[in-house]
Amino acid sequence: MISLSQVCKRYPGGYDALKNISFTMQHGELVAVTGHSGAGKSTLLKLIAAIERPTRGSIIINGQNTSSLRTAAIPYLRRNFGLVFQDHKLLFERTVFENVLLPLQITGFERRESAKRVRAALDKVGLLDKEKTLPITLSGGEQQRLCIARAIVSRPAILLADEPTGNLDAAYASDIMELFKSFNQVGVTVIIASHDEAMLKRLNPRLLKLNCGELAS
Amino acid sequence: MKNWLSHHAQSLWLALKRLLQNPFAGLLNIGVIGIALSLPSGLYVLLNNLENLSRQVSSEPQISLFLNMQATPAEVAQMQAQLKSHPGVRNFQFVPRDQALRELQKAAGIGDVVQSLTHNPLPDAFIIHAKNSSAEALQALRDEISSWPNAAHVQLDSLWAQRLDALLRLGKLVILMLAILLSFALVAVTFNTIRLQILTQRDEIEVAKLIGATPRFIRRPFLYIGALQGLAGGVIAWVIVAISIHVLDKGIADLTRLYSVNFQLNHLNISDSGSLILFSAWLGWVGAWMSVSRHLHQIEQH
Repeated sequence: MISLSQVCKRYPGGYDALKNISFTMQHGELVAVTGHSGAGKSTLLKLIAAIERPTRGSIIINGQNTSSLRTAAIPYLRRNFGLVFQDHKLLFERTVFENVLLPLQITGFERRESAKRVRAALDKVGLLDKEKTLPITLSGGEQQRLCIARAIVSRPAILLADEPTGNLDAAYASDIMELFKSFNQVGVTVIIASHDEAMLKRLNPRLLKLNCGELAS
Repeated sequence: MKNWLSHHAQSLWLALKRLLQNPFAGLLNIGVIGIALSLPSGLYVLLNNLENLSRQVSSEPQISLFLNMQATPAEVAQMQAQLKSHPGVRNFQFVPRDQALRELQKAAGIGDVVQSLTHNPLPDAFIIHAKNSSAEALQALRDEISSWPNAAHVQLDSLWAQRLDALLRLGKLVILMLAILLSFALVAVTFNTIRLQILTQRDEIEVAKLIGATPRFIRRPFLYIGALQGLAGGVIAWVIVAISIHVLDKGIADLTRLYSVNFQLNHLNISDSGSLILFSAWLGWVGAWMSVSRHLHQIEQH
């Protein structure tokens, strides 16, 4: 469960990215965060993943309040999430396989089991035949799918995606949205932030609309 | 436990891979570390050898008492009795003049000269060990004995050995200071290497942090790089010292043969070699640790 109450985020310089946000999500929900650029979508996702801390208010994830969490506990909190980034954040000197392996190495997974899981994740996103190639040789859509494979390989309970289809053409984008839908169907909580409301509506999600840092009902 | 080990093996492997990615820079660093460390350790070896040499010549303070050439056996016996009853004398040894000549013949480099002598120029002598070996007590004893009849010359033999000891102690201090200074240099070299490594791995560190890596996980490969580099530098230092000793040993053998003395340089023994290499690895680790703590913190703030 994710619960935000009266969350504000003010960046140095006095810019208010989020103002007084409160909402609660249950396990297994599919939530879409929409709004124009600069409405605060990315900031909201960053706060949930504890990449940034709120200026005010509290964010409770599975019973843990992220704003009062010790710094040392944050890596463990993040392991609850699978993160999908608009710019993919892939490691270009590692192969496709090694990129997906990274989260399992971090959690200290046993090797043989890891390899199985990596291949399962790659299979899921349709990249199994590319496991030995370098990410640079992949197309934009494939890179995004690789990023998704890395996000799901440790089977997180919550998937956070920030503009996952931002750089993709419509056909690729709807492929990716279908992938998120299929994860949601097996019980993963999915939060997608995107400016493309039309695309999101096809997933039939719960919509959270942000407007200049405030939640529009 | 098995996971933990494989984790470390992974970090070690990653560290090796990163070092080998840029072999030229790596070799230069290792060379710098090796040369920096070879200086104090080479001096240490030389000093150790000097110390060995001085130990061969006893450094226990002793007084040599040379008698008048005209002293009769009766007078010698009386002197012996006097020494025996003296409270400041621990023990003494009588060296008759014939024996002294024989010993001289055996000793370094002047056998030929002694052979050519027509008569024995040496007096009878006593070698005296004092109970109290402080410089003042020895001086007092020497003064007292030289006032005895038939005492031609009294000499504090060991003074030069004591001086050598003091000199060696000073040398050790200098080496220690040098070692400390160069250790700092080694830490600085590693600090900088790791800083550059962190800069080039910045993306990787950021991604790893985002997906839940602990600081320890991120730090580990860098610590291994530092330690490996230090280890390799230590090995290079050892090799430099070994080669130098090998080269010097030949020169010294030539030199000492001319003095008909047999002297060989000792190399670093196993425990010293081990300490050198481990210490170097440890310094590398420390430099890496300092660098990682400092620079990862900076990445954290972004």
